[in-house]
Amino acid sequence: MPKYGMVIDLNKCTSCQACVTACKVENNVQIVSEDDAQHGRAMFWMKMLTMEFDGDYPNIKPKTLPRNCMQCDEPSCIKVCPVRATYIREDGIVAQIYPQCIGCRYCMANCPYTVKVFNWDRQAQPKEVEKTYNPDVSVRPKGIVEKCTFCVHRLQDASEKAKAEHRELEPGDYVPACVEACPVDAITFGDLDDKKSDVSVASRDYRAFGLLEELGTVPKVRYLNAIE
Amino acid sequence: MSYVDLHDEDETLFRPIYETSKSFYIAVVVLTGVFLFGLGCYIHQLLYGLGATGMDEPVSWAFYIVDFVFFIGISHAGTLISAILRLSKAEWRRPITRMAEVITGIVLAIGGLHPVIDLGRPDRILHLFERGRLQSPLLWDLTSVTAYFTASTIYLYIPMIPDIALLRDRGGKLQNLYKILAWGYKGTPKQKHALEKAINILMVMVIPIAISVHTIIAWIFGMTLQPGWHSTIFGPYFVVGAIYSGIAALVIVMIAFRKLYHFEDYLKEIHFQYLGTLLLVVSLLWTYFTFAEYLTTFYGHEPAEMRVFDYKFIGAYWPYFWLMVLVNFVMPVIILSNKKTKTIKGILVASIGVVIGMWLERLIIIIPTLANPRLPYPTGMYTPSITELGIAAAATSAFILGFMGFSKIFPLISIWETKEGRESSVHEVSMRLREYLPGHPEEAKVEASVKAEL
Repeated sequence: MPKYGMVIDLNKCTSCQACVTACKVENNVQIVSEDDAQHGRAMFWMKMLTMEFDGDYPNIKPKTLPRNCMQCDEPSCIKVCPVRATYIREDGIVAQIYPQCIGCRYCMANCPYTVKVFNWDRQAQPKEVEKTYNPDVSVRPKGIVEKCTFCVHRLQDASEKAKAEHRELEPGDYVPACVEACPVDAITFGDLDDKKSDVSVASRDYRAFGLLEELGTVPKVRYLNAIE
Repeated sequence: MSYVDLHDEDETLFRPIYETSKSFYIAVVVLTGVFLFGLGCYIHQLLYGLGATGMDEPVSWAFYIVDFVFFIGISHAGTLISAILRLSKAEWRRPITRMAEVITGIVLAIGGLHPVIDLGRPDRILHLFERGRLQSPLLWDLTSVTAYFTASTIYLYIPMIPDIALLRDRGGKLQNLYKILAWGYKGTPKQKHALEKAINILMVMVIPIAISVHTIIAWIFGMTLQPGWHSTIFGPYFVVGAIYSGIAALVIVMIAFRKLYHFEDYLKEIHFQYLGTLLLVVSLLWTYFTFAEYLTTFYGHEPAEMRVFDYKFIGAYWPYFWLMVLVNFVMPVIILSNKKTKTIKGILVASIGVVIGMWLERLIIIIPTLANPRLPYPTGMYTPSITELGIAAAATSAFILGFMGFSKIFPLISIWETKEGRESSVHEVSMRLREYLPGHPEEAKVEASVKAEL
């Protein structure tokens, strides 16, 4: 069984936010009203965080970091869920079961990375958006929590395809939307357990670190530090 | 035989059940109005979703959870205090226990509903029973709150049986109800013995349940990894806070209904003096816990913890924090440790301060932690929406309405316990006092001396 992981190279990342957009479209993440967005209810599974500002105005050099779900091996969200609406799969993906969620938001309160987003209400989407919904991903109703799933529907698709073609799933068959969209190939994705895979090699690079890994969450999304 | 013909020694205690003043009806109308407004707010929230609240990201728990912790805290007034007083054979408990237990029952029902109000999908509430995970502190909470509710309503009901029997024997209003609830109680020695035994078992059982309830509520926060929450002290800290707000609420309710129903002869200055002392002790205990909690955080100086700490002490929440220190520590300690100010009025002022302060404490524990996540995130000030305020107002008026309604059906002060106190406990207490002293007291002698004294 593979163990899926991701490494994001901050040296290559240009903060263009292509991953943010690709993720939002791929996963039918709700577009909220302007009011709600200003109120802090904008929904992103992949989000560009500004970690710090270097330099003085007007010569500011912000340090940014794309942050999706860390897909922890020891997830704090799963521990506290009262109804098993979130669980960890054998391949390491922390998945969500939307019809099971009661909307208590305990997982949101316990995620140290604040990755979980809540459907505060359900608003009419622009017509163009409704036309381009991804049929592989369910549209979530109001009142439930959601988050990045490493585009698990793509894995399902890829494994079915491989099965139909009577072959094993090969590396590269399955990549999440953000990885695909990145114009500078800053994101590597694959099987962490396969010591020869790109992602595994990158995850052991001297620049590699995990966000807040001192908390013991064992994140499977790792970063390569930006070095000038 | 109408009630006017009956003349009991404790007629004052029966009167509220049979006589209702005009102002009572006015209060009911006003409170019902507030309650209906809150109900409307909730229906709006059901239709529109939790977007109707002021919550956002990262403050994803707010008013409802604050009120939940607060109300469940108040519920410790009752059962815990009354059980401890009964257990320690404090004779001054007799006119107090009933009211304390009623507060528990009503407030627990209201507080227990708050997490349901807070759910994004209340229609899926049964998932908790169908596929609940016992590893989640929320399930512990569900278990302990329901256990506490069951235990405390039984603990309210059992000691009420003799009073219900008294009401049944008077005839008149609601006779059929009293007949069913009195359970055929006639005060025979066998029944009395069974009743006492039941009360004894319940009061011992209720104490650990009550303590577990607030400990587990604290653990909802304590079990997380979040700065400001992840603290081993939280369990006992919350229990002390709960008892603190509970006593204060009890004092307020006692003073209000003493005035309303003319219970001055039963709830005397001395009762408030004792409760005031209890409040002072718990106030100091609460301050000690608060000091220990924040000093440890400050001295450790962990960056994530310090962001929350600063948010409370000098950041956006400083007015609430320092107001809490003022009304939870400075004011009650000054008022209650000074003989001149420790009057009924003074104790009332201190108690109102404590109830407000304890609500603020819950607010200060819950929101600053959520507003300051570990990763840089746009942090904003959380402001409650009208929906949340409406529901909070409705919850408060539901409490008052429930209490007023109760007082129209059952006596607010235990009548049989008052009578028992008058008849037998003077002798019992003198006997006990004599036993503390050197030598062997002889029952006959004690009885004679008691009679002589009386």
